[in-house]
Amino acid sequence: MRKLRRTMMYIPGNNPGMIREGHIYGSDSLMFDLEDSVSLKEKDAARFLVYNALKTIDYEGTETVVRVNGLDTPFGRDDFEAIVRAKPDIIRLPKTEKPEDIIEADKLISEIETKVGMEVGTVKLMAAIESALGIINAYDIAKASPRLIAIAIGAEDFVTDMKTTRSKDGVELMMARSQVLLAARAAGIYALDTVFSDINDEEGFINEVKHIKQLGFDGKSVIHPKQIEPVHRIYTPSNKEIEKSIRVLNAIEEAERNGSGVIALDGKMIDGPIVERARRVIELAIATGIYNGGEKID
Amino acid sequence: MEIKAVGMAGTFESSDISIVIEPSDSDEIKIHLKSSVEKQFGKQIRKVIVDTLTELGVGKAVVRATDKGALDCVIRARVQAAAYRAAQIKEYKW
Repeated sequence: MRKLRRTMMYIPGNNPGMIREGHIYGSDSLMFDLEDSVSLKEKDAARFLVYNALKTIDYEGTETVVRVNGLDTPFGRDDFEAIVRAKPDIIRLPKTEKPEDIIEADKLISEIETKVGMEVGTVKLMAAIESALGIINAYDIAKASPRLIAIAIGAEDFVTDMKTTRSKDGVELMMARSQVLLAARAAGIYALDTVFSDINDEEGFINEVKHIKQLGFDGKSVIHPKQIEPVHRIYTPSNKEIEKSIRVLNAIEEAERNGSGVIALDGKMIDGPIVERARRVIELAIATGIYNGGEKID
Repeated sequence: MEIKAVGMAGTFESSDISIVIEPSDSDEIKIHLKSSVEKQFGKQIRKVIVDTLTELGVGKAVVRATDKGALDCVIRARVQAAAYRAAQIKEYKW
């Protein structure tokens, strides 16, 4: 079953209350942040806190991600040394601009895993792309390491690099989002969208989630528990979609049994991409728990 | 690890613990603890502080702790951060 990564909630790395309770809100992943949400003077304290929390707290199956500081900062190497040992599911590398950034992080993680007797490849990587150069290199980044399971667009830094600002309709991100998606799909990894910063603009948030789902993103970073439910709702297939997908898959199964070549359902031809989409809908419906894989839905 | 200066970590916010570690003249770890849950958890909080410092090789220090309901893992993290700061060491052992 393909893992759901619809929502990845930011948890500031130096906030014990949120570190303790983050998983109760039901996001698919939690991202403990050692980077931008932590002041320079507290980098060591946040690192100790996230390290100890990951080693102790049971996050009950919620995927754990740690956003470390880049290896070009004075904090990056210590972050890797501590966090790999604490064994989160994923380390998120910020401000990735070129494949060499991933290769360097991959090598360092492998060294630490070997040193502490962990199987090499245990801790996965994801890369945030947040600059014009990163977007141009997106595909080379996406295929830089088998450890890399996702790339994400970080819009705030990106729009600043592009000498513009974020707007409601996200026109300034069209090219970059598309490029990240193309790169992720071509490399066979997940594509994750950026945060929506105004937690009080529910309508704007919902519009953006619909937009990025339609583009093809697997999910979105969120910054507040109240942003989780709308994303999950929008990413959940409707009963109508599920029913149609079951019928498509039944029709294809029957055709295969009978050895028929061309298959039609309700007067429309069913071909490979339609079957693939139907499979994906069913997979998502099962993963979200609204369908159990049987003939009928509730 | 030798405590050379005053090192602080943590905050007074809920779920956190503020730890101040100072050099000591006596050969022991002396803890001054303030906690709203001291009656129930005071002994455990003190134990986590002492165990963490012992693991770091700190045998003498004065610790002032103000607890706001921190989990053991938070206490450990704040003691580690405060101790490294008080020992003025930036090479960490994980």
